[in-house]
Formats: sequence, C-alpha cells, structure tokens
Amino acid sequence: MKTNDLILQTATKIVLFIIVLFSIYIFFAGHYTPGGGFVGGLLTAGAIILLLLAFDMKTVAKILPINYMTMTAVGLLFAIGTAAGALLFNVPFLTHAFGDVHLPILGEMALHTATIFDLGVFLVVVGVTMTIIQTIGGDE
Amino acid sequence: MIHTVVMISIICIAVAILALTYRVIKGPSTPDRVIALDAIGINLVALIALISIGLDTNAFLEVILLLGILAFIGTVAFSKYLEKGVIIEHDRDR
Repeated sequence: MKTNDLILQTATKIVLFIIVLFSIYIFFAGHYTPGGGFVGGLLTAGAIILLLLAFDMKTVAKILPINYMTMTAVGLLFAIGTAAGALLFNVPFLTHAFGDVHLPILGEMALHTATIFDLGVFLVVVGVTMTIIQTIGGDE
Repeated sequence: MIHTVVMISIICIAVAILALTYRVIKGPSTPDRVIALDAIGINLVALIALISIGLDTNAFLEVILLLGILAFIGTVAFSKYLEKGVIIEHDRDR
C-alpha cells in the first residue's frame, strides 16, 4: 500500500531548519549558558532522524552524503588535535588558549580553543548517534 | 502575588498530568496512549515554564524548546510505526 506523507514531509522541510539553527545556537552558547557540544550534537542528530522519518534512508543518503564513521573519526581528531596542539607551545597537555583575533569579514572576535574541542564532541555525538540509528534501522 | 498564581497553575498542570497518566495506563488502544504521552510532553513544557517563572531564572528556556522538538519527533516516530510497521524505511518507492 502506498501512503502519502505530504503533511509530514512539508512540515519537516520547515521544522528541520529551525531544529538545526537551534542546535547551532545551543552549540555556540554552551560557554555562557546551558548547552554545549553534547546537546547540540544530539539535536542535530534529532533533525537528521526527523528527515529519516519523513523520507527514507536512500533519499537521506542522497541529501547528506556523509559517512558517519568518518565523521566520528574527524571529531576525535579535532579533540586530540586541540589537546596535543598545546604541547607545541611548551605547556601541559589540554591547555587551552584564549585571545582576540581580527578576522577579515567578522572583525574583532574573542576566540577560545575550547570551541574546537567542543566541535570535536559535536561531531563524535552526531556520528555515533547516526551510526547507531542507521545500523539498527538499516536492515531489511 | 505572582508566586501564588504560579503555584495554583503548577497544581492545575500537575492534576492534568495525573489525568493524562490515567489515560496512558487505562487507554484501550495504543493510539490513545501515544496521544496521552504527547499531551504529557506539552504539559511538561508548561510546567517547566511555570517553574522557571517561580525560580525567577531563564536558564530553562532551552529545555522548553528541546522538549517540544523531542515530543514532536517521538510522536511522529510512534505514529509511523503504528501506520507502517517500520520506523525508518530503506526505500519508500518500492
């Protein structure tokens, strides 16, 4: 039986961007307000799961051609890279740096290397969650 | 004054959640239980909003949006399971 999911698919196309925007907000706001890489990653995974619910696995693989195993590996690489980068400046492992950087378009910005570590957490959480979901939901 | 109003509202929402819990336990069919659980999620959103007014903090505002999103995704997943028997299809044009 062929069913028509028009309402769900149309609602998903709008709600998806709100969820992704909210997850990006919660990721960047993690330093001063509740949130951070873990919740942001779970929320992004939730957005992709909503896409999987409204469409099917083949379509989502076409929209987001991401290998989630590689994503997990890249996230771990970010975390270990931030941690090991401190050794280059003759300070202990996992020492974070803070500074004001002048960027071409965005202007004066206060950047912290903990954000890169958090980005690693974000990528690992999204990668692991989506690997679990795809492995469980993927079989025929 | 505001604390009295918030307290009364929290008690009303708690009674509503109790009534919905009765529907979750008693509900003759599965869709009844799914709708009751969805309504409990929305009532929890109201409860968190009232508690954050009562505690005079805005630290829980993310939780409100998060619970709304999670209740929506959970309800969509369960209703898809009830309709099609699978939650995530491999290929829908087959």
